Amino acid sequence: MTAALEVLEPGVLTTVQDLGRPHAVAAGVPPGGAMDRFAHSAANLLVGNDPSAATLECTVVGPRLVATAASLVALTGADLAPTVNGDAIDLWSAIVLAEGDELRFGGRRTGARCYVALAGGVAGDRWLGSRSTYLRAGRGGVEGRALVAGDAIVAAGEPARAADPGRTLAPRLRPRYSGQLHAIRGPHAGRLGSEALAALFGAPFTVTPASDRMAYRLAGPPLDAPGGDVVSFAVVMGAVQLPPGGEPILLMADHQTAGGYPVVATVVSASLPSAAQLAPGDRLTFIDTTFEAAVSMRAAQRAALDSLAG
Amino acid sequence: MLRKRPDVREAVAGCASVTVHFDPERTTPGALAAVIERAARRRPPLAEPGRLHRIPVVYDGPDLDAVAETLGLSPAQVVTLHQAPIYRVFLVGFLPGWAYLGPVAEELELPRRATPRAAVPAGSVAIAGRMTGVYPLAAPGGWHLIGRTSIRLFFPDRDPPCLFRAGDRVKFFAAGA
Repeated sequence: MTAALEVLEPGVLTTVQDLGRPHAVAAGVPPGGAMDRFAHSAANLLVGNDPSAATLECTVVGPRLVATAASLVALTGADLAPTVNGDAIDLWSAIVLAEGDELRFGGRRTGARCYVALAGGVAGDRWLGSRSTYLRAGRGGVEGRALVAGDAIVAAGEPARAADPGRTLAPRLRPRYSGQLHAIRGPHAGRLGSEALAALFGAPFTVTPASDRMAYRLAGPPLDAPGGDVVSFAVVMGAVQLPPGGEPILLMADHQTAGGYPVVATVVSASLPSAAQLAPGDRLTFIDTTFEAAVSMRAAQRAALDSLAG
Repeated sequence: MLRKRPDVREAVAGCASVTVHFDPERTTPGALAAVIERAARRRPPLAEPGRLHRIPVVYDGPDLDAVAETLGLSPAQVVTLHQAPIYRVFLVGFLPGWAYLGPVAEELELPRRATPRAAVPAGSVAIAGRMTGVYPLAAPGGWHLIGRTSIRLFFPDRDPPCLFRAGDRVKFFAAGA
């Protein structure tokens, strides 16, 4: 079966994303890709794809889609109250859509980004090695832009493994998204005084409206900013920059590749899915975490995905 | 060298550093740091003289007057100091097509803005620290905007997609509005 969907309504920001273009960083191009790599990868594995296949990333207000052919799909990540022909469907499970079935979203319950995987992977333009949409340059995915009504979503190929409708991620292995983000101390954390350090790791911050796939600007207690810029260096997703103004910036998937503001913390990879599920207005707290604890959290997350890979 | 190691995912150069993405189940930060330090002690190959780009600039940036005032200069002096040197491309990165150029005259040295702007227009010519650069696309940014150029720096469908390459030389000159 060749999976296919048509976009009836696009939602506020629905884009094609995969695991990004890490090797393009040397040209100054953001790595991009799915904000929540765990949900993206799980959705792919549920429909028999490799984690590197492209999915649809649906932001806060999801799209309305109709199946134009029988299609195996899986939805993961944020609970945006998805329904098929009006009936609620499960997240984290493979679901068969019959031709004419309508998938829509009722509204935001938890999280911010829901991933829709299609057996065979979502087709899209490749740019610098990835199908991920990068809006600022207008490249990747569907003509480098967010989906619009009338777009046809088709499978890029055949799924890597046989379809298994009913495949599900065991509830105990599903992420418990929260605003508690584990973070290790950044390369410039030593510049912070004890008071600022305690506020950084413990005080609540709010994700401000000036937040997108590139970065979240955070509002919270003013942190006594460490003196002076640093020589520009290559930054990573999860890095927490602290400009002299004292309001931290959390870098996300479409982050600039280098920066000269001090980096005082780095959200660990196992907490990036939780960070990806925050929207403007949500609160977050950074939890001071050791490198060793970060590695074991990462291993646990990988084991959860491995349970689907068999 | 680093990129060929199985425990290294990616290695990205900074102006005076390298950021290494590694697999924490295959190596430790300490072991990798030792490898990097050994590599850094080796003498790098001599850079070839890069291509020379001449970039016209209209010096009417929104920060020009404030920059001049902070530095105790006139706007005209800022312009003269900015366009005098032939800059070197230290590094391509930050944004697609952005290049860190320098060194900028000591008299123009300024820290980045305390709070970055949410939107800087494409083509903005900016300074911060001892460096200068041109915003290739509209993006947030914390540098001081002193002018603008119509020259394109980023060509998404070319390989490599950037006009400037590390080692190239860049000369700015004042052009009429």
